[in-house]
Amino acid sequence: MELRKSYFADVRKDGLNEIGQPRPRLDSPGHVTGKTAYFADRNFPGMLHLKMVRSPHHHARIRSIDTSEAEKHPGVVRVLTAKDVPHNVYTILILIQIGPEDETVLADGKVRWKGEAVVAVLAETERAAQEAAAKVKVDYEVLPAVFDMEEALKPGAPIVNEYHGQNYYLYDSGECRKVRFGDVEAGFAQADHILEQSYQSSPIEHAPTETTGCVVAPEGNDRFTCYTNTQAMFFTLDNASIILQMPGSKLHFVGGTVGGGFGGKVDVIVEPIAILAAKLTGRPVCFIYSREEEMQVSSPRAAEKVVIKDGVMKDGRIVARKVTGYTDAGAYSRHSPYGAQKGAAHYPGPYTIPNVWIDTYCVYTNRTPSSAMRGFGVTIGDFALEVQMDKLARLIGMDPLEFHFINAYRDGDMKAHRQPTEGAALIECMQEASRAANWPVAEKYMAISSYGKGE
Amino acid sequence: MAKVPVQFTLNGSEKAEFVESGTTLLHALRDKIGDTSPKGGCHQGTCGACSVIIDGELRLSCLTLAETCNGADIKTTAGLAEGGMLHPLQRAFLDAFATQCGFCTPGMIMAAKVLLDRMPNPSREDVVEALSGNVCRCTGYEPIIQAVLTAARANSQNAA
Amino acid sequence: MSLALQTFSTVKDANSALQASGTRYLGGGTLVVRAANEGDVSVSSLVRVTEPSLSQITISGGKARIGASVTMAAIARHPELGMIAPAARAVGGPAIRNMATVGGNLFAPAPYGDFAVALLALDASVATEDGEMPIETFLAGRDTGRAVVTAVGFSLPKAETFRFLKVSRVKPKGVSVLSIAALLQRTADGAVTAARIALGCMADRPIRAKAAEKALLGCKLTPEEIAPALAVAGEGITPVTDPIASAWYRAEVLPVHLGRLLLG
Repeated sequence: MELRKSYFADVRKDGLNEIGQPRPRLDSPGHVTGKTAYFADRNFPGMLHLKMVRSPHHHARIRSIDTSEAEKHPGVVRVLTAKDVPHNVYTILILIQIGPEDETVLADGKVRWKGEAVVAVLAETERAAQEAAAKVKVDYEVLPAVFDMEEALKPGAPIVNEYHGQNYYLYDSGECRKVRFGDVEAGFAQADHILEQSYQSSPIEHAPTETTGCVVAPEGNDRFTCYTNTQAMFFTLDNASIILQMPGSKLHFVGGTVGGGFGGKVDVIVEPIAILAAKLTGRPVCFIYSREEEMQVSSPRAAEKVVIKDGVMKDGRIVARKVTGYTDAGAYSRHSPYGAQKGAAHYPGPYTIPNVWIDTYCVYTNRTPSSAMRGFGVTIGDFALEVQMDKLARLIGMDPLEFHFINAYRDGDMKAHRQPTEGAALIECMQEASRAANWPVAEKYMAISSYGKGE
Repeated sequence: MAKVPVQFTLNGSEKAEFVESGTTLLHALRDKIGDTSPKGGCHQGTCGACSVIIDGELRLSCLTLAETCNGADIKTTAGLAEGGMLHPLQRAFLDAFATQCGFCTPGMIMAAKVLLDRMPNPSREDVVEALSGNVCRCTGYEPIIQAVLTAARANSQNAA
Repeated sequence: MSLALQTFSTVKDANSALQASGTRYLGGGTLVVRAANEGDVSVSSLVRVTEPSLSQITISGGKARIGASVTMAAIARHPELGMIAPAARAVGGPAIRNMATVGGNLFAPAPYGDFAVALLALDASVATEDGEMPIETFLAGRDTGRAVVTAVGFSLPKAETFRFLKVSRVKPKGVSVLSIAALLQRTADGAVTAARIALGCMADRPIRAKAAEKALLGCKLTPEEIAPALAVAGEGITPVTDPIASAWYRAEVLPVHLGRLLLG
C-alpha cells in the first residue's frame, strides 16, 4: 500500500501508528479454526423449531384461518396467529419517531405481499413443523395487486397499505422529500442544452451465506436470551420490547457475529416472534430462514427509478438539475422512508450546481418489502448520476473527466441543502485517478485544488 | 421416530450416536456430536459451507445422510490444528485476510485441503476450480485464492 | 412422519420397496436430500442399494457401461472416458461431483442434468431390472417410472466426433443457462453424414434438436453452411424460466452457442 502524503499535508497528522499498518483481524483465529460461535451454533435440549406459513398471494383478504389439523399433527407444540402477538402492528423506525406503525408480525385480516408471514408453527423437529405448516388452511380472497411504482401512484390504484391510506409515505414535507435551491426553471432557460433521462433498477438480494435467524432460550425467570445475527442489535431489542410489550430488561440479546449481512439483517423480523414462542411454550426456540426464504422473503435493496433533467452550458457548467426519485418500499416501510430521504440528499451529487430541484418518493407496492443494503438510497442514484454525467459530457463534446473537474464541488461552495462544502477531496481524487488510469486531462485541471476557487 | 446408530471416526476419534433415520451428517455433527465447524448455509448443495472430508473426498454434509457414513473417516476444520498449532492453510487464511464474516471459512479450508493433499503445487486455475463449489459473499475470493497458493508454497518449502 | 432410509443389498428388493407411496430412491442425495431439506414433505421414505455392480464402470468392445451409482468425479477421472469427461466436470463443484451419480443426473430437472444431455447425444441405453431402453424413451417417461436405474450404456465416440458445451454465468462453476452435446459423423472432406444434437434447459428435461440435426446433413462446418441449422435450432423448444435466465433469453442465445460449438 502506498500513502500519497503530498495531499493535505498541512491538515493531516502523520504521527499515526495504526493507519497504513497491516493488523491481524481479531476474529480470524476463531474463523479459521471453526470456533467462532454464530447464533445457530447454540443448541439447547428440547429446542423447538419454528416454521412460518406464508402468503402465496401478492394481495389478499384473509377470510379465515384454520389451524386445527396442524395443532393435532404429531410433534407440534403450539401454533401462533396474529391474536397471540401482544402488539402486532409495528414499524421499526418508530424508535426515531418515523411512523405510522404499518406492518404486522403475523398477518391480520390481510396479506400485502407474496411471502408475508401468516401463521407460525412450533414443533419438536424441523420436519414436523414443515408437515404441520402444510396442514394450516388459510382461506384467501385475492385482491388486485400493484407492482409498478408509477402505477401505484396513479389515482384509482389498489391501496397497498391502509395504515398509510395512500401508496406513498407522507413526509412532513408532503408526498415526497424535497430539495429546492436557486431557480431551476431559470437555469433550464439559460442552458445551452437540456438532457432528461430516466434510470431504473431491480431489487437486489444480499444473499448472505448465513441465513437470517435466531435462537431464543428462556432463562427461567421470565427473562429470555436471544442469540441473533441481527446487524441492528439495539434496534431489534427495542422493537422486540414494543412488539412483545415486555420491558427491555427482560430481554438479553447476544450477537455481533454475523455470517454476512450487507444491510440485509437490519430488519426486526425473526426475533420478536421467536421470543414470543419461547415465552408461550417455555421452551428454547430456533427460527432460521431456509435459503429459499432468505432469497424470496428477506428484504432486498429497493427497486428504484430516477429521472434526471440537467441543463448544461457549452463550456461544461451544469446550471440546473431536476431529479425525481422513486424508491419501491414494497408493502411496508421498514427502512425505505429513510432510503428515499437519503436519495434527496444525494442527487445533487458531489457537484456545485446553482439551481437544483429534487423530489423523492417512497412508494408502496405489493412487492417484497425492501430495506437497507450497502448505501441504500445512494448506490443506484450514483449509478444514474454518473451515467448522466458521461452523457452530458458527450452531448457537449467534452472529455468526461474534464467535465467532472469543471463541476466538482470544492471547499466553500454552497450545496443544494444550504450546507457549505468542507473537507472535499474530489479534485485530488480525480487528479490521482487521472494518473493511475493514464487518462490525461488538461494541465489546468491538474493545478487546481479543493481549497477554494482561484488558488 | 426410528433411531439408527451411526459410528464413524471424526478427526481421529471414534464417535457413536443414535440419530433419527434420515438425519443429515451436518445435523448429526452439529447437534449431536457438537462439532459446529461445518455451517449450514443453503442445505441445497449450493454454498459449500458444510463441506467436510469423508474418506479423503470432499463432500457436502448437508446432503449426506449420517447413517450412510458408518465406518467412515470424517475430517472437519475443527480438527485441523494439531497440538495447538494452526495448519498451514489456517495460518495462510489468517495472514492473507482471507476471512471476513468467517461463515464460509471452514468449508473453504476443507475444499483447499483436499486439493493440497492431492496436488501439493497447484496452479491458480487449480485453486479456482477446487474452490468453485464454495460461495464467499464478503471477500471477492482473491484473498482466499492467494491464501491457498501461499499455504502450498509454505508446504513445499517445509518439505524441501 | 419423519424421513426414514432403507438400505437394500439387491436392486430387486429396492424395487419392491419403491412401490410404496412417498418413497424415493437415494443416489448421491443431491436431489432428494435437497428436496427434503427444503421442506418437501411428500417424501417420507428413502431407499438405497449397495449392490457393487451399481458402482462399476466397464469398458469393452468400444462400449461403455456405467453403473447408476458411479459419480461424476469417477467418470471425470476414468482414463478411457476422456471424451465425455468435460460433461461430467460440468456438473456442480468438486464436492457435488463426488456425490452426484449418473443415475441421479437422468432425473435432474432443468437447469440441472448436464450429463444426461451428453448421454442423450450419445444415444445411450438406460438399464433397469426390466431390461434396457433408449434414453429418449426413458426421459419421456421418467416421472412415472418406479424402477431403479442400474446402468447406462453407450458406444464410445471417437474423440473428434463428440462435442459438449455448457454455458453458465458464473465461472468455472455455475448453473446452466443451457448445455449442448453433439455427436457428428463426417466424411473425409468434412461434410456431416450423421448428427445427433441434445439440448439442456430447452425443456424441463434434455431434448433433441431434430430440425437442426436434419439441416446439418451434407453441410461442412462453416458459418455459411451451418446457418440453416442454426435458424431451426429453436424448433420445438420450450425453454425453462428460472433465476438463471428467462425462456426468452435461452431461446435467443441457443443458436449463438450452437454455432460456437459447431465452429469451435
